[in-house]
Amino acid sequence: MEILLQQIINGLVQGSVYALVALGYTMVYGILGLINFAHGEVVMVGAMVALAVIKVLLATALSPVLVLLLSLLAAVGVCMALGYGIERVAYRPLRHAPRLAPLITAIGVSIVLQTLAMIIWGREYHAFPQLLPNASHSIGGAVINEVQIAIVLVAVLMMAGLLLLVHRTRLGRAMRAVAENPSAAALMGVNINGVISTTFMLGSALAAVAGLMVSANYGIVHYYMGFMLGLKAFTAAVLGGIGNLRGAMLGGVMLGLIESLGAGYSGALTGGMFGSNYQDVFAFIVLIAVLIFRPSGLLGERVAERA
Amino acid sequence: MSLLEVRDLKVSYGGIHALKGIDLDIAQGELVALIGSNGAGKTTALKALAGLLPGTGQVHYAGQSLHNLPAHQRVRAGLALVPEGRGVFARMSVEENLHMGAYCRDDKAAIVQDLALVYTLFPRLAERRAQLAGTLSGGEQQMVAMGRAMMSRPRLLMLDEPSMGLAPMMVEKIFTTIREISAQGVSILLVEQNAKLALEVASRGYVLEGGKITLSDGADCLLGSDAVQRAYLGA
Ligand SMILES: Nc1ncnc2c1ncn2[C@@H]1O[C@H](COP(=O)(O)OP(=O)(O)O)[C@@H](O)[C@H]1O
Ligand SMILES: [Mg+2]
Repeated sequence: MEILLQQIINGLVQGSVYALVALGYTMVYGILGLINFAHGEVVMVGAMVALAVIKVLLATALSPVLVLLLSLLAAVGVCMALGYGIERVAYRPLRHAPRLAPLITAIGVSIVLQTLAMIIWGREYHAFPQLLPNASHSIGGAVINEVQIAIVLVAVLMMAGLLLLVHRTRLGRAMRAVAENPSAAALMGVNINGVISTTFMLGSALAAVAGLMVSANYGIVHYYMGFMLGLKAFTAAVLGGIGNLRGAMLGGVMLGLIESLGAGYSGALTGGMFGSNYQDVFAFIVLIAVLIFRPSGLLGERVAERA
Repeated sequence: MSLLEVRDLKVSYGGIHALKGIDLDIAQGELVALIGSNGAGKTTALKALAGLLPGTGQVHYAGQSLHNLPAHQRVRAGLALVPEGRGVFARMSVEENLHMGAYCRDDKAAIVQDLALVYTLFPRLAERRAQLAGTLSGGEQQMVAMGRAMMSRPRLLMLDEPSMGLAPMMVEKIFTTIREISAQGVSILLVEQNAKLALEVASRGYVLEGGKITLSDGADCLLGSDAVQRAYLGA
């Protein structure tokens, strides 16, 4: 029973991170019909930038809380600029090209960012310092620490904020208009390029926050960390129904739970043949199953292929 | 002086010359019809004027050249297009669609007033204000598209085949509203395949054939002319 509860807690924490990253995939897909495969790398850059800022500021007398906030701000700023730049340089020139072209470019951008990160920060694993006391609390025999509590709370707040933005503000209405009918949106006076840039920047800001979350949770940062995380968040977006914001949130949390429960019980269920080191397999079993049985995802509408 | 002055406007799609140099004038407050058969280039002309398609030639609006002005800034200048097929935002409510029409404005109080005006123009929309636009009938969607365009407070309203696919009753309603909008002083460029209908509300008309203007005259003269009678009115 404690194991079940513990796996659920772990799953919710990891799922919150997946959900934030999945939102970036789904927002861009919703508005451009494009899978931005470089998005995972934005998470990695967020983590790297946060770590670099922390290293510099730790040498000063600033309070740890302030250091954490400043590193978060820096990561968000850099990632927003990066997201803007990726769209401007890699995708905008291909806006009217056949769909395969931006897909290949996206993979190219991803490789470029990974390689750049490797050159700048090296191949080694970096320890991510623990800035604040991280007490553990026990609920019904399971353990959750304060970083994990913060991760879930911040993720919930950010998701609520995003939903409010998209459904209750002028910018959000413009985003939905461009997603649905770009030329009609232009006829209303919406600057389509501006809205698309803003969408990339919003998704990248969420990615930066997610980058800081995984780093603080696992205490490790690495130039390759965005690859698997990005792939899983993409899976979460597909699971929820790509293009659908609530779907990305639901898909993220569900994928976190599936992975965590799968890893917790696969050893026992298979007589020790598949242990918890097979955790990553579950995400891809989910991806394949969704693509076969419900390609539109849990909350997705069965939309016809976009023109 | 004309509100809209078009000289030698040419538009092509790759190698296909859809507009081969047209001239067109609309005076302030005028209702002008642009008629022509399917494929003549009517939609192309409106899209080019709205800034959705690049073209060559001179387009002056309110004394200003529109050269290189992107579509989203032309609305701000008072040039609105109700596109062919209506282009309503299906997943937004009727009222949200209307608010999208006022996207380029920030005079909140006046927007509320204009919303009320649109609802008096189209009482049917007031009943359905919370309904998703995608679930409306074709005629109601046409009302949303026209109301949405009116929310931008246009000086020149361009309508692309507003009667397309509508039941006769609905067509009548839409054309009554076109007259009302015109009576408010809004200049209108009305594109129609239904030449008779268009020329009955317009004061002047142009006939577009194969990307060229072949006739232009007072609406009554065009209605009476043999060429128009034969080509478009099935006489
Ligand atoms: N996107 C396009 N690509 C290529 N040709 C087009 C495109 N849109 C329209 N055309 C061509 O341009 C001509 C004018 O079309 P259009 O302006 O839609 O005519 P109308 O509105 O008068 O029916 C037609 O021959 C049509 O086939
Ligand atoms: Mg047409």
